[in-house]
Amino acid sequence: MELTESEIQRYSRHIILQDVGGKGQLKLKRAKVLLIGAGGLGSPAGLYLAAAGIGTIGLVDGDVVDLSNLQRQIMHSTATLGKPKVESGKKTLSAINPEITINAYHQLVDAENILPLVSQYDIVLDGSDNFTTRFLVNDACFFAKKTLISASMFRFEGQLTTIKPHAGYPCYRCLYPEPPPAGLVPNCQEAGVLGVLAGTMGILQASEAIKEILGTGETIADKLLIYDALDMKFRKVGRPKDPACPLCGSNPKIKDLSMDYTVSCTI
Amino acid sequence: MIKVRIPTPLRPLTKNQGEVDVTAGSIADLVNTLEASYPGIKARLCDDSGELRRFVNIYVNEEDIRFLKGKDTALKSGDEVSIVPAIAGG
Ligand SMILES: [Zn+2]
Repeated sequence: MELTESEIQRYSRHIILQDVGGKGQLKLKRAKVLLIGAGGLGSPAGLYLAAAGIGTIGLVDGDVVDLSNLQRQIMHSTATLGKPKVESGKKTLSAINPEITINAYHQLVDAENILPLVSQYDIVLDGSDNFTTRFLVNDACFFAKKTLISASMFRFEGQLTTIKPHAGYPCYRCLYPEPPPAGLVPNCQEAGVLGVLAGTMGILQASEAIKEILGTGETIADKLLIYDALDMKFRKVGRPKDPACPLCGSNPKIKDLSMDYTVSCTI
Repeated sequence: MIKVRIPTPLRPLTKNQGEVDVTAGSIADLVNTLEASYPGIKARLCDDSGELRRFVNIYVNEEDIRFLKGKDTALKSGDEVSIVPAIAGG
């Protein structure tokens, strides 16, 4: 695989960077990145990953574009209201960069379909909007040994970390062993969120994904980043591996995806 | 004095304050002190048996107390405590 003349031109501002170069740009071209959720986080992440020349981008989402999405889900537009988000997203990303492949999966991820799906990709970005999916994605990426870049948000606050237990780092369950029971933590799209926060967090996810592919810079796999948009504060806290983790610990309880992942969606 | 960082989901209980100052010798002490000033906050942090919930992390400075001494983790003046619950919005 090589870069074409038009690709060399398109990515010239990358190629002149010492940490990217032609070799790095080829790595991006060969990379396959799966976005779980084509919503608030998936939109900005998808736009920049497509522009950056990630060769294959997968979009998985079961929803259709709703008017209330457009305050933050910038991959979609008034013109694609009512269309599946993955189709709307594919159109936008292909328009930015027709040289890459976009795969659209109009479905919810579940314990049956997730492993075959993540197995086809190198890196997964979790931009889902519920705990059921987040724990399922963590566990599936653990079993498939795929690096997972996880971001989430609530009102004015975002969290970000990279999850790669196959490289000796902690998993999501090392950080949060169990999802909250229904009713204790708002976990649905019905909760308010500052639209632009989705941009900040989704772009940080894209940036970490690109660094993972290039193998450059510092990873955030041993930290949790917390961004408070109101206070304008970025803080990092430590994120150690839990030896008693039910998934990646020394005596794991979770050995496959057969557990009940359902967390009801109530506030 | 210990600075406690209150996450967005719990701010309705602290009159929307993102940071509150308390005096406490341990995390258990801090939870009870917070509860006295902001009733209802303890139930968000601890389950019925008084154990810290598994989807809410508490950090002293930058360390997760689950990897220190849990609720018995000692606090000293000048420490910064952060309460960080799992959030799922995307
Ligand atoms: Zn783990």
